[in-house]
Amino acid sequence: MATTLRDILDKLLGRQPASAKTARERLQLVLAHDRSDLSPELLDQMRREIFEVVAKYVEIDIEGGDVSLETEDRMTALVANLPIKRSKSKAVSSQEMAISSQEKAVSSQEKAVSSQEKVSNSQESVSTPGAME
Amino acid sequence: MAPTTRTILICSGKGGVGKTTLTANLGIALAKLGVHTVVLDADFGLRNLDLLLGLENRIVYTAQEVLSENCRLDQALVKHKQEPNLSLLPAGNPRMLEWLKPEDMQRIGAMLAKQFDYVLIDCPAGIEDGFKNAVAAAKEAIVITTPEVSAVRDADRVIGLLNTHGVHPVQLVLNRVRPKMMANQEMLAADDVTDILALPLLGLVLEDEQVIVSTNRGEPLTLSANNSPAARAYSNIARRLQGEDVPLIDPAKEGLGLREKVWRLMQTKIF
Repeated sequence: MATTLRDILDKLLGRQPASAKTARERLQLVLAHDRSDLSPELLDQMRREIFEVVAKYVEIDIEGGDVSLETEDRMTALVANLPIKRSKSKAVSSQEMAISSQEKAVSSQEKAVSSQEKVSNSQESVSTPGAME
Repeated sequence: MAPTTRTILICSGKGGVGKTTLTANLGIALAKLGVHTVVLDADFGLRNLDLLLGLENRIVYTAQEVLSENCRLDQALVKHKQEPNLSLLPAGNPRMLEWLKPEDMQRIGAMLAKQFDYVLIDCPAGIEDGFKNAVAAAKEAIVITTPEVSAVRDADRVIGLLNTHGVHPVQLVLNRVRPKMMANQEMLAADDVTDILALPLLGLVLEDEQVIVSTNRGEPLTLSANNSPAARAYSNIARRLQGEDVPLIDPAKEGLGLREKVWRLMQTKIF
């Protein structure tokens, strides 16, 4: 989240942050749940089961782990962040690594796409005044 | 016969965000641009479109008599006196809701599409049967919302349903915008709402007391040469629908006093 002068001032004065920011954050959370049609109970159950499955193969840090819903552009994603303490066997661990690196590749691809979009947007805005000359 | 008739559902999910006001003003504004427009009141339970257009005393037949073939379509259509390019097909009796089916609305929509360039459907609030009936007749949609969490959340539900019904394109109108509150970051910004809902912004309507005055009179703001902010916004929406490139207003530029300038500096992202 970007920080603004207002955010700093709010913190210094111990004031509540501007309510638009709160509204945005609350909406993003509630919409992720609305769109997935998952109740908090179901999400919690799924989280536990995911931990169980992963724990069969690797030792994970359950305290530091998190499974949550994120939403962007009407796409809701289930995001699991499971810190691995140590793999249980070498063979499994290399597989796991392969999977997680694949996942990372996908997410970095997505990021590449979104940054490309941003680049093309800014190009557009740059080229418009040029076209007008 | 108009082969390129645009049948547009005007919906919001939440009640009281400005569906009917938008339908009435957009209907008049489109008619003024010279296109044959009909507004269909699909809110059979709580009809109000006739009242906002000032046509409540001229209703003889309604969609109900048309569907039951007790009258012809042209007998039920109420032509606006000052703006004859606009007609209203009034909602029937609330008892219609007991038997009305999505196919009935499709029939009405098809009948209207033969005669008009634009069919604007004023959708009831909610996402139940009234919405399902209305959406059946629609090809595209305008979702109207206000920058409030409850309205945006309900709009999101409606957008999901529009997607499943194959309605496309879906565009957004942001209503009751208060520039000062937005500048103070005490109201969701237009970008926040379009990002969250992932819809293109068709129009931005400022909070405007003249809207209440116009509903009191039954004369939509776009009818007269009224130059209030909301009147301009509604006319611009009509022009954009017609393919004209009309820039959106920037709420941040609506007030440019020292206070606004300071607030703008305060919201600049520094890291």
